[in-house]
Amino acid sequence: MKFLERRLLHAILLLIGASLLCFLFSTLAPGSYFDEMKLNPQISSATVAALRSQYGLDQPLPLRYEHWVKSVLHGEWGYSFAYNLPVRGLVVVRARNTLLLTSLAAALAWLIAIPLGVWTASRPGQWEDRLSMAGTSFLLSVPELVVALGLLYCVIRTHALPVGGMVSADHDSLGLWGRVRDLSAHLIVPVATLVLASLPILIRHVRASMMEVLQAPFIQSARGHGIGRMTLLFRYALPAAANPLISLFGLSVAGLLSGSLLVEVISGWPGLGPLLLEACLSRDFYVVVGVVTASTLFMILGSLLADVMLAMADPRVRMDNV
Amino acid sequence: MASTSYTMTTHRSPSLLRIRGLTVNYGDPAPPALQQVNLDISRGETVGILGESGSGKSTLALSVLGLLPKKAQVEGSICLEGQDLLQADESGLAAVRGDKIAMIFQEPSLSLSPVMRVGDQIAEVIRAHRKATREQQKQAVEAALREIGFSDVDRIYRAYPHQLSGGELHRVAIAQALVCRPNLVIADEATRSLDATLQTEVLHALRDSQGKLGSALIFITHNPALLAGFADRVVVMYAGRIVEEAAVTAFFRKPLHPYSKGLLQLIPSALPYSGFVRQERLPAIPGSLTVSDHWTHGCAFEPRCFARTDSCRKESPEQTEIEGTRRVSCFNYGN
Amino acid sequence: MGTDAAAKRGLSPAIMKVRGLSKRFVQRTPFSHKKFAIDALVDVEMDIAPGCVTALVGESGSGKSTLANCLAMLERADSGEIWFEGQEISRWKDRQLAPLRSKIQMVFQDSAGALNPRFSAARIIEEPLEIQNREHGAGLRGRACEVLAEVGLLPEWAERSPLELSGGQRQRLAIGRAIGLKPALLILDESLSGLDLSTQAQILNLLLDLKQTHALTYLLISHDLSLVGQIADFVGVMQHGGIVEFGAAPQVLGSPRHDETRRLLASARGLESAYRTARAGGRA
Repeated sequence: MKFLERRLLHAILLLIGASLLCFLFSTLAPGSYFDEMKLNPQISSATVAALRSQYGLDQPLPLRYEHWVKSVLHGEWGYSFAYNLPVRGLVVVRARNTLLLTSLAAALAWLIAIPLGVWTASRPGQWEDRLSMAGTSFLLSVPELVVALGLLYCVIRTHALPVGGMVSADHDSLGLWGRVRDLSAHLIVPVATLVLASLPILIRHVRASMMEVLQAPFIQSARGHGIGRMTLLFRYALPAAANPLISLFGLSVAGLLSGSLLVEVISGWPGLGPLLLEACLSRDFYVVVGVVTASTLFMILGSLLADVMLAMADPRVRMDNV
Repeated sequence: MASTSYTMTTHRSPSLLRIRGLTVNYGDPAPPALQQVNLDISRGETVGILGESGSGKSTLALSVLGLLPKKAQVEGSICLEGQDLLQADESGLAAVRGDKIAMIFQEPSLSLSPVMRVGDQIAEVIRAHRKATREQQKQAVEAALREIGFSDVDRIYRAYPHQLSGGELHRVAIAQALVCRPNLVIADEATRSLDATLQTEVLHALRDSQGKLGSALIFITHNPALLAGFADRVVVMYAGRIVEEAAVTAFFRKPLHPYSKGLLQLIPSALPYSGFVRQERLPAIPGSLTVSDHWTHGCAFEPRCFARTDSCRKESPEQTEIEGTRRVSCFNYGN
Repeated sequence: MGTDAAAKRGLSPAIMKVRGLSKRFVQRTPFSHKKFAIDALVDVEMDIAPGCVTALVGESGSGKSTLANCLAMLERADSGEIWFEGQEISRWKDRQLAPLRSKIQMVFQDSAGALNPRFSAARIIEEPLEIQNREHGAGLRGRACEVLAEVGLLPEWAERSPLELSGGQRQRLAIGRAIGLKPALLILDESLSGLDLSTQAQILNLLLDLKQTHALTYLLISHDLSLVGQIADFVGVMQHGGIVEFGAAPQVLGSPRHDETRRLLASARGLESAYRTARAGGRA
């Protein structure tokens, strides 16, 4: 298993690197959580200093890092000053919310992009293709922020959907179906934003890869054997075009935890995004490090998944018997 | 322009494919790829089409199956058992391709999908033309592989193209073409760049299967030596036209068109028992086919012809039929 | 002619000598420790006589192309010696080999792949001359045009990209690029396969003329025995990475001693006999 061993080693090095850098920058950034308290005349600076030493913030960097790593290995990710809770529980709950949002958006985006990309690739230069190209160009040029704000504006104006948050106030009192509807209603705006933001790149890649494969001699040959159009596109061309798309899929997975920060903050979705933002602004040290490390972990998993899928999907990479 | 009347009666068996007046153009700057081609193919016969690059032989093959690019302008008629393929729509053509007429392309490593198992690719052809369950498809594929000479059918079925050797791939391509028992098989340069051992293997495989199925075979090649002992008839093409047609023995014994003569001189004549004869220089046909040759009013081969006369540059020679079994387009044939 | 060459061989030293050349390729599957070893060359020994055509024949996979690449110093063998013009070059570094490269040139089978499609034909000839500092400026273009004429490409083709040329013209260009540097040894790796019969004959004639004019030595790699039989002085038969028979062409092709040689000849003869029968008027 030389391949997996190497990847595991890379993963560990990457995690150490990311968390160390995060530690470094957070420490270098001026101030700490407790500096806010210094503004309060009722709290003496001795109290502040005592608090700081209690949380170990006055120890040198390498020592703190060592302590953090040791506690991570025991399953403890540190303590949030702002929430007064262990970081791990906090991050897990928020990560779950983020994953709900991003995996739904990613699945939808891919489910739309593949058929659309295949279809426009099979009709190059026709009106479907031109319309799709124009649409994707437009979406590419509009920043995610503007899309999010635009959708929010429409929703607020028309009162069609609830705005902000993940669930309504009375969520727990609804029945099962009511709760699903409530959640879905809140999901629509952020998911739509994410889908619209990622769709153009996916469609273009699918289209480009398909168009290249459709020129290949084996497609002409299959056509010469009387193979039907749909079979040609989906059974012959798409699998051969899959390699770059699998790498792209890996990137989608990699970005599941980290790609939605902006959307979550703007639409008020209680995910990792707002948590990270608050923590950065209030110097909630261990939350920042925890979130960054978790995101890095996902990235590593995503790229590993892409490589494994690539090896499994392309029989030419797998050499069982030469 | 040459007329489309064509009354060769070489073959007593009924005609399977009748091509009349086939002309293919790709738009103005490009020369016409085919000009007024007339050809009959009978059931069960092997016709060798001989020509170099640019002669239009591949265009002919692709026109029969309707695989030319969209911008090609096609005139004439190609009748398969009464149905004009040039008037058929895409679904009509798809029904014919692989089922009634099958094609074997030049490089099987390129003409097979690299990410599908070879057996599945053959099964897809069955699925496109026959109603059959998965199990029946699998059995039909295995039968086809056995017929082509594979003994370890299971391994071949599950293999991907990159796992098979060149010879195995060629045989798979033949099996794929024959699986639906077509009436006509077109092999377009199926043995180009192959070494002699593989070449003979492929030719034998083709001939055996053709014998078993009774299908007609159009074998397209640039090398006349392959047609000896293999084809029934030889058709020579140059610059988009048929310049000679004859039964194979008549052709090899006495080629009429200067181009045919030039080609046959290039086949090394081996003296028995003492190896090959070392040459100082080969009797190459001088010059090459250029774009302007296609447009000329005279004979397209004239610039390279050793038997040319003045009239060759002014007019294009019409087809002359000889003894009802041969035809040739040359003013000076037989000189 | 064959016997003259053999006599010449006794008098002048071989231009290239190969002794004990071996090369093994190791492949590994991505997820396991399993390795496959392929012995591409096994203890190859050969002499290439100057001014002659030495041919290497064998089936696909017998190692002919690997040997050609090693002799052209495009790949390094694992062990063995290669002597060129009296010097042992198999262990030389790239820097030392650079001036030697103009003396050993190679023409490949697939010229579309071997020629830069972004260059014009003239530029393709100029490039190696420039790199080897043979010519500069106007002299460069002049020499390129000379070479183009010598290989039979009309001046109007000088500015065309190789993609616009036919297969035969591309091979002429590839040959032109090779002889522009005035090499001593030209390795032709299946350069005639895949060409039409008529084009093949023309290119062969060109090669024979050039050999005469420039006193070249050819190493011709081919699977086509009938082609080899017509122009080779010496023939080597390869099988499974080794040379199983080597000698003057009339001997090897006329009275073969090894089974592999006999087998290859039988296939080539198979087609021949059908042709001869047809020529005589019968059916095979």
